[in-house]
Amino acid sequence: MNQDRRSFLGQTGKLLILTASAAVAWEHILAGRPEDAPNYTATDHWWGMAIDIEKCIGCGTCVRACKAENDVPHEDYMFRTWVERYVVDPADLDHPQVDSRNGGYDGFHEREVLDTRLKMFFVPKLCNHCAHSPCVQVCPVGATFESPDGVVLVDKTYCLGCRYCVQACPYGCRFIDPRTETVDKCSLCYHRITKGLTTACCETCPTGARTLADLKDPKDPIHAFLRDHKVQVLKPQMATGSKMYYNGLDGSVR
Amino acid sequence: MPGVEGFIYPNELELQWSVLIVLYPFITGLVAGAFILASLERVFNVEAVKPTYRLALLTALAFLLVAPLPLQLHLGHPERSLEMYLTPHTQSAMAMFGFVYLWYLMVVLVLEIWLDYRKDIVLKWRASTGVTKLVYGAMALWSDNISESALKLDDRIGRALTVIGIPSAFLLHGYVGFIFGSIKANPWWSTPLMPIVFLFSAIVSGIACILLLYFVTCWYRKVPVDMPCVDTIAKYLYYAFLVDFSLEMLDLIHRLYESDESFRALDFMVKTRLFTSQIVLQILLGTVVPLAILGVVQLVRFRHEVRRVLYVLAGSLTLMGIFAMRWNVVIGGQLFSKSFLGYTSYKMAFATKEGLLPAIVLMILPFVILWVLIRLLPPWGHEAGSARSHARG
Amino acid sequence: MKPSGADYTHLIRMAGLFVVGVTAFVLLRWLMVPADFGVYGHYRAGALKDNMARPVMFAGQASCVECHTDVAEVRAAGRHAHVGCEACHGPLAAHAGNPDGAKPVRPDPRKTCIICHTASISKPKTFPQVVPADHAPEGSCVDCHKVHNPKLS
Repeated sequence: MNQDRRSFLGQTGKLLILTASAAVAWEHILAGRPEDAPNYTATDHWWGMAIDIEKCIGCGTCVRACKAENDVPHEDYMFRTWVERYVVDPADLDHPQVDSRNGGYDGFHEREVLDTRLKMFFVPKLCNHCAHSPCVQVCPVGATFESPDGVVLVDKTYCLGCRYCVQACPYGCRFIDPRTETVDKCSLCYHRITKGLTTACCETCPTGARTLADLKDPKDPIHAFLRDHKVQVLKPQMATGSKMYYNGLDGSVR
Repeated sequence: MPGVEGFIYPNELELQWSVLIVLYPFITGLVAGAFILASLERVFNVEAVKPTYRLALLTALAFLLVAPLPLQLHLGHPERSLEMYLTPHTQSAMAMFGFVYLWYLMVVLVLEIWLDYRKDIVLKWRASTGVTKLVYGAMALWSDNISESALKLDDRIGRALTVIGIPSAFLLHGYVGFIFGSIKANPWWSTPLMPIVFLFSAIVSGIACILLLYFVTCWYRKVPVDMPCVDTIAKYLYYAFLVDFSLEMLDLIHRLYESDESFRALDFMVKTRLFTSQIVLQILLGTVVPLAILGVVQLVRFRHEVRRVLYVLAGSLTLMGIFAMRWNVVIGGQLFSKSFLGYTSYKMAFATKEGLLPAIVLMILPFVILWVLIRLLPPWGHEAGSARSHARG
Repeated sequence: MKPSGADYTHLIRMAGLFVVGVTAFVLLRWLMVPADFGVYGHYRAGALKDNMARPVMFAGQASCVECHTDVAEVRAAGRHAHVGCEACHGPLAAHAGNPDGAKPVRPDPRKTCIICHTASISKPKTFPQVVPADHAPEGSCVDCHKVHNPKLS
C-alpha cells in the first residue's frame, strides 16, 4: 500500500472513530442533559414562590388553572394546589374553622354568619418544594427527587406507587393519580418555568397573591418580598426547608 | 363529604395504606417472634421448648415467604418492585428493608433450616424414589455426607447462624417499626419507641402463634402435649408481654403528659373512631386479659387440662390483640388529618385488590405452606424417621 | 472428631449457590438499571426531560400582548393592570399558536366577573366587591364597566 492511500485510510479511520465516540459521548450527554429548552441551565436557578395572604381573595382561579394546565383529575380529593379558607376567633386561636370545598375550585360561598369579631382569610397551598424534603428522603427507588434547580419532581415511569412519600409529606400535597397508579403533585409547572414562562397558578392569579420566585436571580422581587414582609413557611418546626414563603400567615394556619 | 368530620387537607380523603399494610407487620412480626422462640432452645439452651424448635423455624419460613405478597398486591406497579433492589435509595428505610428481608430469608432461615434438617433430608433422599427422590436430592445438594464430623460441623455453623439470627430478627421487625417511627409528618407514628414496641409485640405474637400451633399439631397427631414445654413457652410469653405492655403504656403516658399539638386530635380519635379496635380489642381483650390469665397461671397451680385451656385462650386473645395493634398503628395513623382539625374514615372493600378477601386469603396461605413444609420436613420424631428408614433397609 | 475435607462438600456447594445468586444479581443490575440513573442524584436524569415535556395550555401574558397591544394599553391604564389575560379568558396557548384557527370564546361577564367580585366577608376589606343580587341584577357588568379598564364608563 503506498503512502498516500495509507495516510488517507489512517485519516478516515481516525475521523470515523472520533465521530463514533463523539456520537456515543453525545448520546450519553443527551441522556443526562436536563436542558430540553434552549438557553436553560438548571444550576442558574433556585425556584420558590412568594404567596401574599393579604392579597388572596379566594377566587380559585389558580386551582382551575392548575387543573387545566396539568391535566389533574377533576375529583374533589385530588389537587396539585388548593385554597383553604380560615375563620378564626381571636379568643380561640387553637380552633380555627377551616374549609376547602372542592379545594376552592369553585371559589368560596358566602358565609352565613357575619360576625365582625372573626378574622377570616384564604391560604393557597401547594407542594412546598422543600430543600430538605422528607418525601424525597423516604422514596425507596429514587422516583421522586429534587432537581438541580430546586423543584421536587416525580418520575412517573419509575414510581412504584408504594405511597410512602404521601405518608411522609407533612403538607398533604401528594396524591395517587388513578390513571397512572403513580404519585402526582405540583411540579411547579416545570415544563413552563424552564421555558421562561411562569407557573399556571401565578400566571392567572388576578391579585398577584402568588408569584414565582427565582432565589438565585438577584433582580427577582422575592428578595424585596423577604426583606420587607414578616414571612413564614408552613410547619416550620418540621424543618423541611420549604421554599413557599407566605406573607401574612396567621399563627392559626395549619 | 361522606365519612369526613372536621377539616382534612383535600388530598387526605382516601387512605393510602390499606388492611394489606396492616397484614405485613403482623406477618413479619410472627416471623421474628417464632425465630426468637426457636433461638431460646438453640442459643440459650432452654431445653424445655425443644419440642417446638423445628416447628417454630418452619412457621417462620412459611410466614416469611408470604410476607412480600400483601406488599405486591398493594403497589400501583408491582412489576417495578425489582427497582428496590436495583436502585435502592439508601436513605429510605423501605428500600434498605428489602435487603434485610433477603438476608434474613436466605442466610438466617433457609441456611439454618437446611443445616438442622440435613441429616433427615439425606436419609429421605436415600429412602425415596421418583420425583420425591429428585426433590430431596436437590435439597441435599447431592451431598450425602452425614458422618458424625460433618453433622458436628453443621451444628456449630447452625449455632453461629442462630446467634447472628437473633439480632437479624430484631433488625427484621425493628426495621418495620422504623419505617413508621421515622415519619416526622405523622405524630401517631413518629416516636423512637416505635421499633422497640413493634419488636416486642412481634415476639409476643410469634410466641403465641407457636404455642397455638403446637396445641393444634399435638391434637392433630393425637399426641399428648408436653406440659413443661408449654408451661415454659407461656412463661416467656408472659415476660415478653409484660415488657410490651410497659412500653405501650410508657408511650401513652408520655403523650398524655407532654400533650403536644397533636394530642387533642389523637385523643379524640382514640375515644371515637378507634375505640373498639384500640381500647376494647387491643388493650382490654388483647393485652390485659391474656396478661391476667398468664399471670394467674404463674401464681396458682392449675390442673393440666385447665392450664391447656387457659393457654389456648390467652394465646388466641394475644394474637387478636397484636393484630389490633397493627391495625391501630397503620389505619389509626391515617384516620386523622395532618391539620389536626379533622378525620376521615377507612372504607374497606371486600373483593377488590386490597380488600378483606385477599387479606383473609393471605392469612390462610402461610398455614397452607406450613402444611407442605411439615409434610416435606417433619418437625417431630426424627428418631422415628431414621428408624423407619432403617427398617426399609 | 475433627471434620475432614469431605465434610465440607455440602457447605462449599451451598456457598457456590450464593456466589451464583450474587453474580446473577450484579448482572441483572448492570442490564436493568437505566443508563442515565445517578447522573445528577439518585434518580433517572431523563425524568427531568419527561417533566419538561408536558404541553403548555396557558400562553402567558407576553404572548397575548404581542398581538393585542391595544387591549394591553387600555388595561394598563386601569385597575386590572396586573390581572393576567388568561385569568378571565382561560387557557389560550392553542390560540397563540394558531390565532385564526383556534378562536377563543368571549367570557360571560355575569359568570367571570362574579368569581372575583362577589362580596364575601372573608375577602380583604380593600378589595372591590359587590353583592350580585343587589348590584344591577338585570344587566351585564360590561353595561357600565369597560371590560379591560373597569372604570365606570
